[in-house]
Amino acid sequence: MNDVENNARGTAVHAAGVSLKDLRKSYGSNEVLKGISLDVAPGEVVCLIGPSGSGKSTLLRCVNLLEQPNEGTIHVGGFEATDPDVDIDKMRRKVGMVFQQFNLFPHLNAQQNCTIAQTKVLKRSQGEADTVARANLERVGLGHLADRFPDQLSGGQQQRVAIARALSMDPQLMLFDEPTSALDPETVGDVLSVMRNLAKEGMTMLVVTHEMGFAREVADRVVFMDGGVVVEEGVAEQVISAPKQSRTKEFLKRVLDPTHIDISE
Amino acid sequence: MAMTARQRAKVSLYVQAGIFVVAVAALILATDWKTIGNSVFNFAKIGPMFPDIFLIGLKNTLIYTALGFIVGLSGGLLLALMKLSSFPLYRWIATGYIEFFRGIPALLVFIAFGYGVPLAFGVQWNVTIVVMISLGMVAAAYIAETLRAGLQAVPKGQLEAARSLGMPQWRAMVSIVIPQAFRIVLPPLTNEVILLTKDSSLIYVLGLTASQYELTKFGRDGISSLGAGLTPLLVAGAFYLVITIPLSLLARKFESRSARTKR
Repeated sequence: MNDVENNARGTAVHAAGVSLKDLRKSYGSNEVLKGISLDVAPGEVVCLIGPSGSGKSTLLRCVNLLEQPNEGTIHVGGFEATDPDVDIDKMRRKVGMVFQQFNLFPHLNAQQNCTIAQTKVLKRSQGEADTVARANLERVGLGHLADRFPDQLSGGQQQRVAIARALSMDPQLMLFDEPTSALDPETVGDVLSVMRNLAKEGMTMLVVTHEMGFAREVADRVVFMDGGVVVEEGVAEQVISAPKQSRTKEFLKRVLDPTHIDISE
Repeated sequence: MAMTARQRAKVSLYVQAGIFVVAVAALILATDWKTIGNSVFNFAKIGPMFPDIFLIGLKNTLIYTALGFIVGLSGGLLLALMKLSSFPLYRWIATGYIEFFRGIPALLVFIAFGYGVPLAFGVQWNVTIVVMISLGMVAAAYIAETLRAGLQAVPKGQLEAARSLGMPQWRAMVSIVIPQAFRIVLPPLTNEVILLTKDSSLIYVLGLTASQYELTKFGRDGISSLGAGLTPLLVAGAFYLVITIPLSLLARKFESRSARTKR
């Protein structure tokens, strides 16, 4: 699955894979990740699901070292992120990240949000950066709002700008940390459809989400985490529709049918 | 004749206004305006103060304040970053500096750098240098605390987003965090300038030549040279207000603007 697709600039995207080996992370005496191993092939879409506090966001944030794991190794593309001598900034250029709270830069408009790292990090000319930013804003359906500031955009629009901002760096891997959890229900669909298109284009994606419909439809694989370990993983349809583990079953029952109250429990 | 609550409030308001008017009238009548006109505020003595109060007093006050602010802002930014550093030594130095210079009267700092340090090290500093150092070092302590609060008010996610785009720490600070922090601290920073404007008067403890006088020294000098009671000092005071009131309005404008954009 070594997909090579065309991105917004018309140049080839080389999707990178991820390989995590026996990852451990503690905050004080609280061990959040208890030895996680996970491989994501180039071009593959993997959804991480699980109850809050299960460590899935921490795992995602370890991949680009926003969190430093205590033990284990992380390989992203050709980089070993856990090598003490790695140029972490160079590695992060290849890894786009989308946050639950968008984290757009409020002092810059949508266009500038997408150009600042291009000019300051990749040293692209302003003209080139503007072209790339414009193309990516078009790609997420917001070309017409390029000069708006974040506070003039809806949550869904802000999140799409955040995706365009990440894509403007031509990443080989995209990390999504609950990208739709902070959104109004009516804007969730726009963000998910942008992500769906991205998956179709062959981007490697690691997505922490509670959107089971999206996971079932778009993910190649679903990983269920609970209590800092991977409880179950497999083909999306199989894990979501026919989970094998009882913890997975219980979680999915609650998520898919939140109004269901089992008194005998 | 029972009154409603609204009527009672109205009557109370009228009574308060009446007391205020009577008090002001009594004060005006009881004042010996003739003595005040002769010895405290004499309109005839205002004229001779011009244009020098502009060309010397106001000009120097503005220059001293600006110099102090430039040094204070650069030093304050450095101290704020040191205080937020993960390296303990930097934090200790910054904390010690801030506590020291906020804790002693600015007047002592002026005397120390105006007389003490030049004497101890055998250096000759002109007034401009002494103002820059004294005013700047005191201002840096206050501005550092303001900037630190501003930097901490920028959500952590901003730094994370910048770093996740491959920006090194310094670049993320320069391009993303500091510009946002400055917006947050613009109102308190403007207040800092108001304080500095007034503190620039402390330069009077140094021996100044006439061309180095700022507003307060200019006014004090006018008292003896013009023999005009307090008139020159009161005029100088009015000139401070000409600087500080617009700054105050500016601070309020910044405040309402940041309240509008912060949602």
